[in-house]
Amino acid sequence: MELKKTQADIISTVEFNHTGELLATGDKGGRVVIFQREQESKNQVHRRGEYNVYSTFQSHEPEFDYLKSLEIEEKINKIRWLPQQNAAYFLLSTNDKTVKLWKVSERDKRPEGYNLKDEEGRLRDPATITTLRVPVLRPMDLMVEATPRRVFANAHTYHINSISVNSDYETYMSADDLRINLWNFEITNQSFNIVDIKPANMEELTEVITAAEFHPHHCNTFVYSSSKGTIRLCDMRASALCDRHTKFFEEPEDPSNRSFFSEIISSISDVKFSHSGRYIMTRDYLTVKVWDLNMENRPIETYQVHDYLRSKLCSLYENDCIFDKFECVWNGSDSVIMTGSYNNFFRMFDRNTKRDVTLEASRENSKPRAILKPRKVCVGGKRRKDEISVDSLDFSKKILHTAWHPSENIIAVAATNNLYIFQDKVN
Amino acid sequence: MFARGLKRKSSEDAEDADGGVAGLPAAPSYTLQRQSLLDMSLVKLQLCHMLVEPNLCRSVLIANTVRQIQEEMTQDGTWRVVAPQAAGRAPLDRLVSTEILCRSGREQEGEGDCPLPDPAPGQAPRRPQSSPWGLDGSREGRGGFQKSLDHIFETLENKTPGSVEELFSDVDSSYYDLDAVLTGMVGGAPTGPGLPAFAPTAAAPPSSTCRSDLGELEHTVEILVET
Repeated sequence: MELKKTQADIISTVEFNHTGELLATGDKGGRVVIFQREQESKNQVHRRGEYNVYSTFQSHEPEFDYLKSLEIEEKINKIRWLPQQNAAYFLLSTNDKTVKLWKVSERDKRPEGYNLKDEEGRLRDPATITTLRVPVLRPMDLMVEATPRRVFANAHTYHINSISVNSDYETYMSADDLRINLWNFEITNQSFNIVDIKPANMEELTEVITAAEFHPHHCNTFVYSSSKGTIRLCDMRASALCDRHTKFFEEPEDPSNRSFFSEIISSISDVKFSHSGRYIMTRDYLTVKVWDLNMENRPIETYQVHDYLRSKLCSLYENDCIFDKFECVWNGSDSVIMTGSYNNFFRMFDRNTKRDVTLEASRENSKPRAILKPRKVCVGGKRRKDEISVDSLDFSKKILHTAWHPSENIIAVAATNNLYIFQDKVN
Repeated sequence: MFARGLKRKSSEDAEDADGGVAGLPAAPSYTLQRQSLLDMSLVKLQLCHMLVEPNLCRSVLIANTVRQIQEEMTQDGTWRVVAPQAAGRAPLDRLVSTEILCRSGREQEGEGDCPLPDPAPGQAPRRPQSSPWGLDGSREGRGGFQKSLDHIFETLENKTPGSVEELFSDVDSSYYDLDAVLTGMVGGAPTGPGLPAFAPTAAAPPSSTCRSDLGELEHTVEILVET
């Protein structure tokens, strides 16, 4: 059966929780779908758990901003999980303007034997009640319910691009194009502004914030990236308003590659701390870079994602593809990094062996349990069989969002409105 | 097409990214490509203005590109003087040189669909040569679009370098004046390094239509924040 593709189903964010048991996706229609990994059965120890739908709910609805006469999209820009502290799961989801804290909990028992209500929940006529009894909890089919616990609204004039939970688990930050705000989970009507790069005169605006993230262990440290290809590391202990950075990461420009598109392709679309907290990874249009926090003047590693696009920048500028925001992820041990590309390709780079691979997420090329075949793009000259030429690439099939299980080799890849989950082959 | 982006080439360098007409110096070709890029960028910015909620990052990057081109053209001295159009260099070439790779992308994204509605408006309005399209300088077919492009060029030409900020001025008043009002709950203008970040905004006066609605809210927040 051919599923109808609609705009609303386009996946806009993918995120594993801290144990990897759950995988959340957000889409353009404001929905969140959570997948849960099946428990491995004792009989078949080698059969890896598969992910099945656990919960689906509408997180955000389209809104209309009457002051500006503008529509506010319901598209989920980011989802971030909170570490699990009790039986329930908590996640943050955000659209352009509003962050929400959702509680996802299971219910597998139901009280039966109410005095004042009948079995269908209708109120009983008090005159008919002649006995008193205590309701009893009886098992029921498992039901997963999602409830909004907090709504953090009205704090962003510009579009929210990032949210990040602090390692203190009490606060989190939300970043838009010009400002970053710090929230306490318990307080929704107030937030602290910790970064503000809005110029006094908007006509002087030349740089915006593109992504931000807290350090995984140091609750006072965070980084944010800019459209000029720079990263700033800030320490909240230094001052309340972190307009002065503690560290400034920027690679000197390569004069031989200078063009009118240099700035655009240097704009950082994603920044991620390594799990160790020692490195940060940034994604710009053509590369992924790894930076050591102790070295600000250049990255320690640079990986070419699709350098064959360098000669096509003008076309990509014309069709707006040059503004696509690709994300990047670390694997659990920080030894492999992954990012997406066009034609439903995604790339993995092994930092130790320096080997890289290009894989494709598409229905035609992969059946369940099939092994992914490495792909190759031919840049010129003779095209070998199985290679694809640059001009044949489909630029409407872009993989912007991927996620890596925190400890195992399981990856989730969002290809437009399809979600692919790949696992390591079991011996 | 543009080889490895749009690099500067010296006028003696006969190498032409497009494999251009033999014997012609490369400089006009570069100028042509740069002009094409400028036109495209201005169209994109105009589209930005028309969009309901512009993507600020994209707008800033495009505006910076326009600024770069403008600066270079000012240094060249070509900002006012347009290089004579090489004979036989039809505007069609410029369309071809900006060939679109995305096959089905046009149908999906309205924003990505940014063709010039008519090839001719891409030309600078001040080119004296007749257009190979046979319009001979007449502008009837290009009416409204040409006017808005003229306006942008005028804005750019009549001001000092750095006048591209004017492009933001329209946007500024409609979108960003409300900023102080809407972020009344968040510590606003960084008026000094010593001020606490959570002090409510008091600097910018909110729009009068909003004052009554949000005055009470601001007052409440003030109380909350200062306790």
